[in-house]
Amino acid sequence: MQYPDLGPIMPEIAFIAAALVVLMLELVIKRKEAIGFLAIIGIAVAMFYMKGSFGATFQSASNPQEFMFVSDGYSAFFKVIFFVNLFMSILISLKYLKIEDSLKGEYFSLLMLSTSGMMIMASSGDLIVLYLGLELMAMSTYILAGFMRNNTRSNEAAIKYFLLGAFSSAILLYGVSILYGLTGTTNIYRLAGLVAAEDVHSSPALLLSVVMIIVAFGYKVAAAPFHMWAPDVYEGAPTSVTAFMSVGPKAAGFAVMGRVFLISLSSYKVEWTTILIPVAILTMAVGNIVAIAQTNIKRMLAYSSIAHAGYAMLGIIAGTRMGLAAMMNYLLVYAFMNVGAFAIVIMLRSNVVKGDELSDYQGLAKSNPLAAALMLVFMFSLTGIPPTGGFMGKFYIFMSIIDAGYIWLAVVSVVFSAISAYFYLRIVVLMYMKDQEKVPELSLSPALSLSLIISFVMVIAMGILPSAFIDVARVVSLIL
Amino acid sequence: MVPLSWYLVLSAIVFVLGMLGFLMRRNIIIMFLSVELMLNGVNISLVAFSHYMQDLRGQVLVFMIIAVAAAEAAIGLAIIVALFRNKPTVHVDEMSELRG
Repeated sequence: MQYPDLGPIMPEIAFIAAALVVLMLELVIKRKEAIGFLAIIGIAVAMFYMKGSFGATFQSASNPQEFMFVSDGYSAFFKVIFFVNLFMSILISLKYLKIEDSLKGEYFSLLMLSTSGMMIMASSGDLIVLYLGLELMAMSTYILAGFMRNNTRSNEAAIKYFLLGAFSSAILLYGVSILYGLTGTTNIYRLAGLVAAEDVHSSPALLLSVVMIIVAFGYKVAAAPFHMWAPDVYEGAPTSVTAFMSVGPKAAGFAVMGRVFLISLSSYKVEWTTILIPVAILTMAVGNIVAIAQTNIKRMLAYSSIAHAGYAMLGIIAGTRMGLAAMMNYLLVYAFMNVGAFAIVIMLRSNVVKGDELSDYQGLAKSNPLAAALMLVFMFSLTGIPPTGGFMGKFYIFMSIIDAGYIWLAVVSVVFSAISAYFYLRIVVLMYMKDQEKVPELSLSPALSLSLIISFVMVIAMGILPSAFIDVARVVSLIL
Repeated sequence: MVPLSWYLVLSAIVFVLGMLGFLMRRNIIIMFLSVELMLNGVNISLVAFSHYMQDLRGQVLVFMIIAVAAAEAAIGLAIIVALFRNKPTVHVDEMSELRG
């Protein structure tokens, strides 16, 4: 028996090892902030191994062309998004967890394990590996959602997330089992040729399997009509975890959607686009319209994250290399602007104020002009107003969808994007044009400031120098 | 020999029973059990396909599913216990602190 080449999977191995080391050191280190720093070192180690990791490994014994694990530019780009998300989440959680009195070492270890699940998902060359990565990611996130275990709301969020997550993975597995029965393989790359065969392609069972896979991925990225869990879970979970899971699992879901739909099911494109287009429109509609009625900012950002899943899905519907690159670019900028907005939400959480109602933002510009200005930039970016990264992200998405021939879909999305201005800019209005009732005490810390600086610089950089990022995305989406 | 279609029908019935249980019952433990039933429905079809095609992949996936389901049970029950300590109920309709 030949020993498998561990090179391509080294970043994951190193990262999981780091997560376990962090878990062990939690027993001996008393200052929990130090553990957060160790987790950041873990990211650096994994990044170091990522450099030379390109290739595929875990070859099938019967077919030398099949690999279980693929490390290519596409997965590397997503891994960078996951690392950015993890790094920023660690920075914003240190002070916040102390205020909430739940700063424990396991928190960082769970964040790292969840991220390694996402990495495995992005690199999966086989549906079995995809499932394992997905479960590793999801289970760590269930615990994180319920991390404030003395808080009923946090418990409730964890229960809802857990039940619906388990339900959706059972549906995914049934879809996978039908696909396996039809083709006799679970390899993502080998499926491409087998699905194209006439007897498989015309089988109604294939349609059932694709519908089930779409439902399961829809749950993971919180696309309507499978979004019902998202607002409750985002509101109840600790704010730093909400920031983490509104970006990470979503990006990982899109990473596997890109691979499964554009490689395995590429010959079935007409059918799955027919299902995905209504899903994307409904997602944008629900996200943008229901967000208007929210008074809690975490709920509002939850609906906004649903809407952004709809925009990102357009990149997959376009089904071209350009569309995929636009989606990747969009998720990267979304990571920065969303975590930035959550960093401001966390800043308003002090020992006395909960800081997650919209009214808490009244007159913030007078008492703390810098925080208000940063929130303004993030809100402009989420709306898609130049010169921010959010504008360029949406621009590339719409351009790719027009190139693919769906001009009407681009028009619909722009209309929904215009609606979103109402609730994002309402916060700006509250901050700048309303008088203050009470002066909020901001909980600042060096780590939080660092995360705000990074997200601000990146949001502006991606708006001013967009070609630098989209060109990288275009090069690495070459897998198609 | 039992034909493949019998196993597939059995698997579909078990899966749909689990799905209905999940959607219709309101006790968290029963809902969780229903999800396990759905996973077992999947396992039946995977093993049947695997045996019919003489390919081991399906059985490998079944082992993975069983292992993951065990981990999921541990996490799920832990979350239920954590909730029960704060609020003695296992009924989803009484979990309404978050508007949803």
